[in-house]
Amino acid sequence: MSASVDTATIAATERGKGVSPWRQALQRLRRDRAAVAAAVVLILMVLLAIAGPWISPWPYDVIDFDGDWGAAPGLAGGHWLGTDELGRDLFARTCYGGRISLLVGLAATLVSLLIGVGYGAVAGYIGGRLDALMMRAVDVLYALPFMFFVILLTVFFGRHILLIFLAIGAVNWLDMARIVRGQTMNLRRREFVDAAIVSGAGTAAIIRRHIVPNLLGVVVVYATLSVPQVILVESFLSFLGLGVQEPATSWGALVSDGAHAMETTPWALVVPASFLALTLLCLNFLGDALRDALDPKSG
Amino acid sequence: MLNHAFKRLLGAVPTLLLLITLAFFLMRAAPGGPFDRERALPPQIEAALQADYHLDQPLWRQYFGYLGGLAHGDLGPSFQYTGFSVAELIASGAPVSFRLGASAMILAVLLGGLLGCLAALRRNSVFDRALMALAMLGISVPNYVVAPLLILLFAIGLGWLPAGGWSSHGIGDAVLPVLALALPQIAVIARLMRASMIETLGANFIRTARAKGLPMRLIVWRHALRPAALPVLSYLGPAAAGIVTGSVVIEQVFGIPGIGRYFVQAALNRDYTLVLGVVIFYGALIILFNFLVDLLYGTLDPRLRLS
Repeated sequence: MSASVDTATIAATERGKGVSPWRQALQRLRRDRAAVAAAVVLILMVLLAIAGPWISPWPYDVIDFDGDWGAAPGLAGGHWLGTDELGRDLFARTCYGGRISLLVGLAATLVSLLIGVGYGAVAGYIGGRLDALMMRAVDVLYALPFMFFVILLTVFFGRHILLIFLAIGAVNWLDMARIVRGQTMNLRRREFVDAAIVSGAGTAAIIRRHIVPNLLGVVVVYATLSVPQVILVESFLSFLGLGVQEPATSWGALVSDGAHAMETTPWALVVPASFLALTLLCLNFLGDALRDALDPKSG
Repeated sequence: MLNHAFKRLLGAVPTLLLLITLAFFLMRAAPGGPFDRERALPPQIEAALQADYHLDQPLWRQYFGYLGGLAHGDLGPSFQYTGFSVAELIASGAPVSFRLGASAMILAVLLGGLLGCLAALRRNSVFDRALMALAMLGISVPNYVVAPLLILLFAIGLGWLPAGGWSSHGIGDAVLPVLALALPQIAVIARLMRASMIETLGANFIRTARAKGLPMRLIVWRHALRPAALPVLSYLGPAAAGIVTGSVVIEQVFGIPGIGRYFVQAALNRDYTLVLGVVIFYGALIILFNFLVDLLYGTLDPRLRLS
């Protein structure tokens, strides 16, 4: 690509130091201005979600009986972003909703990582008939309308937040399993795996110690891209009233509340909608940029 | 070709069966029954209800009974809308949902394809960059956010279009829901189309066509469009799934009397049979659609026809 990374790499090599692929990827990522901006916005968003409910003068679930119900944004009364229809502070609610949405995104991604990496690595490493069987199962599951399955799960087993994590994670691992399997099949033929076999390592140990650590790059990229997907699913459920329950809230639930009252309090829709959209946009940008940066063919 | 079609059809059957089985046993494994009320029913009535809905039979008989009913298109009675069968409820919403979904699908393919082609032809221009940024936004902003914002802008703010409702003949009330439903798919299709068109335009046979002196218009129309459309075609299955899922929300937001609204109501009221019926109906629809796309792919891509 451009000369700067090459000169940096060459300079490092001349000094007798190797540049690890991770370092190269980081360098490439840093030069992608959109990705850096996305990362900064995301960090700010996380900080806001964590600290917002503390710095706000109003808690997220308390009704301000002295103020106007559905007050417009402004500095008066301490409601920086206004209040919702019921007179609750929108800034605090949006930050608190962000906590839930981001938490669901991370937790469910983690669940899908654990299942997907384990499943894909086993199928890819062992191969043969087991692999064919396992991947056929993935194909079949892939064809199911998975959003409906999440809804089915929440309808049948109640609307507990933990269940939402599990349900989303449990249906979101298919992509990860496919990608990991493909990567593992390449790794299996490498010399260090032969060396491990020769030195007597068991299959489980090889997968754990040699295969999985080498999958990290791919896994990081797809985890980044899976977080916005999961946030979407959670907010979809919450929008329909099947997700988090009052007084707890998430961005999806807030957008839903805002949509019901948009004629009188349009900011109750616009504020959480922009937080949600901005976060998803940044996550997608960052995921794309990470994928490009970690691709050894680029740069 | 027929062989291919048959194989694909055989592949779809286990998927469908798995869908039905999973959904059925999940429903039966769920805690609480559909007749749980705050006040307990007298035992005789409870027993009569159970018998009426065949809930007193052993599980495997219920399962095969359900499968047998499905074969006749019978999805059982609705637990909430007493006196209506699930099949009747779905049939009453289907025309509306179909019109909404089909319009959105057609709009997404045409507009997304067109925009993608234009962006590919003007690669790295301001138009291309702006369009791709917009497409990224379109992918990131879900349609349940887009829909209320569209209402806020065009219905409440400008007053150009109605904010909701549905009539069987009017076009005005269909504009916003169809647009909201199609937007994310337009974004994805535009991105796909652009990438594959750029790749195709770099191919050798395009260079030959250029060397012959064909105008760009004809090159794209006659030579590049068909191979470049293949990735878009294979995306149509997921697109259909996205539109079906999206229609649940869109119908809710715009107050459109389609299947999606029944579904949400049923999910909130724990109307087990109706939820189950809609999931199976939509699942079968998506599986069928994927099958059709596969067939179409075979006819469009000559390499697949030969092998």
